[in-house]
Amino acid sequence: MKTVAAVIVLLVAYPLAMSAVDNLFYVSFASRVLIYAIAATSLNLALGYGGMISFGHAAFVGTGAYVASILFAEGVTSAWLEWPAAIAVSALAAAAIGAVSLRTRGVYFIMITLAFAQMMFYLVTSMKAYGGDEGLSLPGRAELGLGLDAGNEVTFYYVVLGLLLALLYALHRLARARFGRVVTAIRENEVRAEAIGFPVYRTKLACFVIAGAAGGLAGALLASHGKYVNPNVLHWIQSGTLMIMVIIGGVGHLWGGLIGAAALLTLEHLIAEYPVDWLARLAPNYQQHAGLGVGLVLLLIVLFAPQGIAGLFTRRARAP
Amino acid sequence: MSWILILEQSLNGLQFGLMLFLLAAGLTLVFGIMDMINLAHGSLYMVGAFLAATLVQATGSFAAGVLLAIAASAAFGMLLEVSLLRRLYTRDHLSQVLATFALILILNEAVRLVWGSDAPLSMPAALSGPVELIPGLMYPSYRLVIIVVGLAVAAALFLLVTKTRMGMLVRAGASNREMALAMGVNIRALFTAVFGIGAALCALAGSLLGPLLAVQVGMGENILILAFVVIVIGGIGSIRGALVGSLLVGVVDTIGRAFLPILFGLFFQPRVASAAGPAIASVAIYLLMAVVLYFKPQGLFPARG
Repeated sequence: MKTVAAVIVLLVAYPLAMSAVDNLFYVSFASRVLIYAIAATSLNLALGYGGMISFGHAAFVGTGAYVASILFAEGVTSAWLEWPAAIAVSALAAAAIGAVSLRTRGVYFIMITLAFAQMMFYLVTSMKAYGGDEGLSLPGRAELGLGLDAGNEVTFYYVVLGLLLALLYALHRLARARFGRVVTAIRENEVRAEAIGFPVYRTKLACFVIAGAAGGLAGALLASHGKYVNPNVLHWIQSGTLMIMVIIGGVGHLWGGLIGAAALLTLEHLIAEYPVDWLARLAPNYQQHAGLGVGLVLLLIVLFAPQGIAGLFTRRARAP
Repeated sequence: MSWILILEQSLNGLQFGLMLFLLAAGLTLVFGIMDMINLAHGSLYMVGAFLAATLVQATGSFAAGVLLAIAASAAFGMLLEVSLLRRLYTRDHLSQVLATFALILILNEAVRLVWGSDAPLSMPAALSGPVELIPGLMYPSYRLVIIVVGLAVAAALFLLVTKTRMGMLVRAGASNREMALAMGVNIRALFTAVFGIGAALCALAGSLLGPLLAVQVGMGENILILAFVVIVIGGIGSIRGALVGSLLVGVVDTIGRAFLPILFGLFFQPRVASAAGPAIASVAIYLLMAVVLYFKPQGLFPARG
């Protein structure tokens, strides 16, 4: 509990410190990290809590991003309309994809979620009216109303932080509610849960839809934050990246998404922006090959530390 | 929309489907026998194509270069299996997905380091012209060669799996791994061999498709998803399913792209048709997959009973 309070205080104080040294770039960067934390946390709900290895989560993030962007382009600029619409449409997409995919198990489920996400990717790419594969630039961020200016990096950061904390709190409550217990029971032993009489298919679908809806929110925020959206947000490499964040952070751990997003994005940023002298002497343009480093780190984590960073701090190891 | 055009597009679909089969066959065997999800299968396709580009240039002969690339890729695949993938068989699917996803990132960057983002690979000059198959139908001879090679390899693979001792072991492993183990099958050696064959098929597909598409980093990722769709439709572990699935996907995708926009033009206004046609065509195979799965969650030809 003390750690949680300390983390929240740090997150709240961070933009104040950054504004004090007049470094708004790192406030904007932190907003991006928090948005990815929302996306990764939503995937963690399906992946870690529900045990559903969904390899198409970018589809829901992308759907949210496109719904918000298209509404903005059509003149609906209020965040109070855009973001709920993004959540609703992503939830619908998750319901449709989940309804078919959850009929299958294991490897089939992984591949089907992947294939459906790729289908959404091609669908978006073929929407020529909204930029096609070139993407869609927006003139500004969604308007928050209430006298708040979304264009202000510090304000936007606090909005994202508020949404992330709300999501984490909801997840925390959900995991301890009856629904969360049933989800965990199904993950641990689906046949037994079915035999006890839990509605397995319905519970898994509900869990999948909630994850998709939260992913949609992350997408809407992402589009607002960057004022730009392109089909790459739905690409399956993006799904893989979200998965990496969850794994690095900690599967089925409440803070796993935040830790993973912060670790991965910071690592990428450090590799790209801060050249290391001895590494640069060894391999002159190593900064252009960040994927190699990320891949190797991921491989090592999977082979040797499957519980992720959060797993290092918990005493009781979760059953795989 | 003449019947010549329909015939030509059907041949294109057949050609694409056969190349998909080369990828899907290796993938479905690895899945079926080892219960292992290997996302890096598409990277083997990429590595094979890049090797072919270099070796064709080095030897000056397309056929020799491709054959050498196939041998080299098979060796590379087996090396990968022995050194890394073997450790993943006993792990859960999530670990396999992540480890092989990491492998994609690593191989993409490694190829970029060695070759750069792309490599030139052109078809042999003798095959660059069209041939007249029947009066009025001119068809590129290179594509025709791909069809012939694809059919030959498919037949050889079918004989290998159904008629040889190794094929019998492969089928035994796919339908019940524990039982095959209990009967004293040397599964380790079999896995390595199957992986080598899968890598060789990848390299063949990569080097044959290279001149038509492009040899570039990331080329394996899009076709990998199509191969997934194929084996999900066909049923994991089934060579027959992979063949049927590949041809279905190849033909539906090619025909859909060629004719759906025209078909939509007959019923809708041009503005709607030109927007909706390509969109529906690009998702046609995924809809096909959804329909198949809705009725047969195990695919068309489930290998396990």
